[in-house]
Amino acid sequence: MKIIKYVLLDLVRNKVILVYTIILAGLSISLLSLDNNTSKGLLSLLDISLLFVPLISILFSTIYFFNSMEFTELLLALPLGRSSLLLSEYGGIAISLCIAYAVGIGVPALFLAPGMEAFILIICGLLLTLCFSALALLVFALFKDKTKAIGASIFIALFFTLLFDGLLMTFIFSFSDYPIDKPIVAIVALNPVDLSRVFMLLHLDVAVLMGYSGALFKKLLGTFAGTIFTIGCMMLWILWPLWLSARIFRRKDL
Amino acid sequence: MISIEHLNKSFGRYKALDDINLSFKKGQAISLLGPNGSGKTTIIKSILGLVIPDNGVIKINNEAVTAHHAYRSQIGYMPQIGRYPENMTIEQVIHMLKEIRSDCKSYDEELIEGFEIDKIRKKSMRSLSGGTTQKVSACLAFIFSPEILILDEPTAGLDPVSSELLKEKIAKERQKGKVILITSHVLSDLEGITSDIVYLQEGKVFFNKTVEELQKITGEEKLNKVIARILHDEAYKTNPA
Repeated sequence: MKIIKYVLLDLVRNKVILVYTIILAGLSISLLSLDNNTSKGLLSLLDISLLFVPLISILFSTIYFFNSMEFTELLLALPLGRSSLLLSEYGGIAISLCIAYAVGIGVPALFLAPGMEAFILIICGLLLTLCFSALALLVFALFKDKTKAIGASIFIALFFTLLFDGLLMTFIFSFSDYPIDKPIVAIVALNPVDLSRVFMLLHLDVAVLMGYSGALFKKLLGTFAGTIFTIGCMMLWILWPLWLSARIFRRKDL
Repeated sequence: MISIEHLNKSFGRYKALDDINLSFKKGQAISLLGPNGSGKTTIIKSILGLVIPDNGVIKINNEAVTAHHAYRSQIGYMPQIGRYPENMTIEQVIHMLKEIRSDCKSYDEELIEGFEIDKIRKKSMRSLSGGTTQKVSACLAFIFSPEILILDEPTAGLDPVSSELLKEKIAKERQKGKVILITSHVLSDLEGITSDIVYLQEGKVFFNKTVEELQKITGEEKLNKVIARILHDEAYKTNPA
């Protein structure tokens, strides 16, 4: 707990976080005031969030974890448990990235396009931030070498934002003769980025127009069950990397 | 106070520690010496619980270090390279550690005063020079008056005045009956501080003797001559040509 506070104290003055916030704010203000149809603006913001939030979150967190390695060692020479220290560091970094997102996207969205949709977009972004910084923690626990870890982080982010959809498309095309609706829902649950996209689309009127998976979720689960399902899966995507990294880190040689 | 029994550690195929047996008592100031990669830092990190040994036991006050992390409240650690959160000030770092160690109520701030840290307490850690960072590390190691001090290359990068100050502090703590474990390459810096010398080579204890014993064996007075003599003799023994 005490550690979270100090990590925050360090990160609020971090220039990268500041620049990240400003860029997000600039994007959201310009996109939302560009068009009268704020729904469109929100969708563009969603696309940007889905692409950049994972990448920035995982990359920044990984680098931060590795840069504070020596300090982590120093803290571990104090009577502190490894898991609690690790999770506090995660807490500090996740909270500061969430603040950056909430300020950069959240505040403009709530002012310029108030309503349920903006709220959902913010939830999406925050969940993605938590999820990808948790994955960064896992990368930190697994790797000893910083360069390799950064490589792995970039790969994970690109895999989920770009590659995964390509693979899903291939799957859909090659099995298009079969009833694959249900397997697709299951496959989508394997990707936190797709999950948040579906979550957002469930709440937009354009859902049916916006893509296969969104419509599918609406048809199969309905808005309410779909929401519960996607949020539940996102939570799992935050919790399992945290649990696993705490487990691995307990036995790691520093 | 500290006992190490049959400690083994490998990193992949590389054997970092090979059956280490050592024990340290109160009032001892032990210098861990040895070439690079001989396992000095690995021993220190094993004592701190940062490296998890393959097998063997380390006990502090008869309690195995793997059992619980509470034993670390008795240890002050000064790392070889101190790196701190960039945007925090010295003051904040010190506060942070004090808050974490809220069980400890009285602070030993002799070094903080000696190094005049107070004058620069508002500076951010990023702006500090290597030597100043080292001073902060030293202050933090001593601040909770621990029973065991583990100092990894404490005088590296310090200016002569500060280095002397730190050495005085180490000698003082030793007289109070604390266990002090130092690694250093600067043998002249260890002169007068150290009571015992443990020399490591390729993960094994090469010798473990008091300074007086060593001086008697070699007939040399100065520490660096003593060590040079022993290593020279040993090299001669193994390879007389």
